[in-house]
Amino acid sequence: MSLLEVNNLTVEFGDGDNPFRAVDQVGYSVEKGEIVGIVGESGSGKSVSSLSIMGLIEYPGKVKADTLKFEGQDLLAMSENKRRAITGAEIAMIFQEPMSSLNPCYTVEYQISEALKIHQSGDKKWRRQRVIELLDQVGIPDPESRLKTYPHQLSGGMSQRVMIAMAIACDPKLLIADEPTTALDVTIQAQIVDLLLDLQKQKNMGLVLITHDLALVAEAAHRVIVMYAGQVVETGPAEQIFSKPKHPYTQALLRSLPESSLGKDRLDALPGVVPGAFDRPIGCLLNPRCPYATERCQKEQPTMQGEGVRQVRCFTPLDEAGRPSA
Amino acid sequence: MSDTIMKAAALDSEQPANQEQESVLSVNGVKKHYHVKAGMFKPDATVKALDGVSFSLAKGKTLAVVGESGCGKSTLARVLTMIETPTAGELCFDGKDILSLGKDAAKALRQKIQIIFQNPYGSLNPRKKVGTILEEPLVINSDMSKAERKQKALAMLAKVGLRPEHYDRYPHMFSGGQRQRIAIARGLMLDPKVVVADEPVSALDVSVQAQVLNLMMDLQEEMGLSYIFISHDLSVVEHIADEVMVMYLGKAVEYASCEELFANPKHPYTQALLSSTPRLDPAHRREKIKLEGELPSPLNPPQGCAFHARCRYANDRCHKEQPALVRETNAQVACFAREEGRIA
Repeated sequence: MSLLEVNNLTVEFGDGDNPFRAVDQVGYSVEKGEIVGIVGESGSGKSVSSLSIMGLIEYPGKVKADTLKFEGQDLLAMSENKRRAITGAEIAMIFQEPMSSLNPCYTVEYQISEALKIHQSGDKKWRRQRVIELLDQVGIPDPESRLKTYPHQLSGGMSQRVMIAMAIACDPKLLIADEPTTALDVTIQAQIVDLLLDLQKQKNMGLVLITHDLALVAEAAHRVIVMYAGQVVETGPAEQIFSKPKHPYTQALLRSLPESSLGKDRLDALPGVVPGAFDRPIGCLLNPRCPYATERCQKEQPTMQGEGVRQVRCFTPLDEAGRPSA
Repeated sequence: MSDTIMKAAALDSEQPANQEQESVLSVNGVKKHYHVKAGMFKPDATVKALDGVSFSLAKGKTLAVVGESGCGKSTLARVLTMIETPTAGELCFDGKDILSLGKDAAKALRQKIQIIFQNPYGSLNPRKKVGTILEEPLVINSDMSKAERKQKALAMLAKVGLRPEHYDRYPHMFSGGQRQRIAIARGLMLDPKVVVADEPVSALDVSVQAQVLNLMMDLQEEMGLSYIFISHDLSVVEHIADEVMVMYLGKAVEYASCEELFANPKHPYTQALLSSTPRLDPAHRREKIKLEGELPSPLNPPQGCAFHARCRYANDRCHKEQPALVRETNAQVACFAREEGRIA
């Protein structure tokens, strides 16, 4: 049984007749102790799909799914109370901007112990002890003296450590990290990624790492999901995705990184931008930007094809040499 | 390695590394100190945002300034564009000392050094049309007629890859990449010679980032621009820069050509920065050097070398004295461990 199983997840916003699909038929699973990276540019639905797993999509957003199961329990069918007991305790999330995700009005101790108060029994003394333990685990020096600090007294890296402490407070089985290092400096980013991976290994958590930094995912994740305009376009083991991408979008993304153009004059840029709510193309969503698009791509939408975990949404998936198959 | 180290004069009097090429902008020992109130009964504290930086920028070349937040990169951009007046030091543009010029001459010179800001969502006035945004520098600084201004704005739009109909639109109608193109176009309206780009692509997505970088390189070739490219993303810097200056807490710690810096980083901080940058290709990955701690507060900088608390090579001398930039064969490095031959 997978830790998390998602099938045909769709999130829609807007009015009934013509809703905007921010997430379109997304499906994946996360096993225990596995690191899954979700990559894609802004507007590709990475964050919205994970928010919907946490149950954080508010009206008028609508979440639909064939399956949305955590350890075999259907998250959509269960009562609101039961779901709340799971999210925050067994599924936890680290949000993108540490500086703005913490409440400026409360101390670090209060914010971390809030989750403990709700999800676990124990008195105030125990909670304080646990908070100190957590702060120590996330590498904050002299944790006791930090209990009474407010978020504005912390640097970006420290705030992110506090966010991580909050997320792991109840020993979650699944941790979703949404761009955990985007707002941070390179050396601090390396520290936070190390910390996350250490914790993941120690506690054998499932970790969903959402980021736009392809290189980061290449270094950390076991399995990768590439998203484009709300759809999953390619999935597979990390080393295969990065060495032999099958979807033209994955290929283009990798090529547009400066690292891929070492020694070249110009970067291989993918023209155009991710389509928004009002300019969604007909057919394959990538077709206006795709160098290999055929007539069929402009009319029909491809479905996910392939065996097992290696799947791709393309009529002419790329072969080993990076050329489209006929 | 110590035999290759050539003792040079102290930082403030040092000549820039690149002398054979004509330099457009040369900066010598520039400092910017801010006075801040520390508390009601405490004396004012000084933040040394920029503490003695020197470099020279050759025509048509790109100098990248790299460092973490708080190292003084953006202050440098503000000083170079004359938004802020430096506390000390010299700024020479085309051989003329900018700081000693009169008001009118300074205004004329200011047109030749332009800036592109980081966040295109914040740097364009949402109440003005693109045309107005682009023409504003011309209205202030030139006596062109309305028709001439429009013509120039349209030509510039075409140059940055936008269409004429975009002239009458508002910034909110554009995507991030297009907005950054508008910001670039605005920066180029007065035909500058030097463009200071303060993290121009850090707010953009990977595929759009590549488009904007390509555009910047095309424009550089076409218009003979020199760039000061401020960034924290080393892979971008590696691609676009000719020379790189690494800064830490208001000071340059290493200044070298791009190839040399990436092939052979010398300062322990540069080495750590390079090793912490994630890489796609396992062959490009370097051995991870873990840096403990964070950038110290500029309000309360450590004694001695600013980096010593995080440096694995630090010894007693590093705790007490401040290293100056020392010229080596291919680079300038400010590090005692290097000077004493403790690290290769």
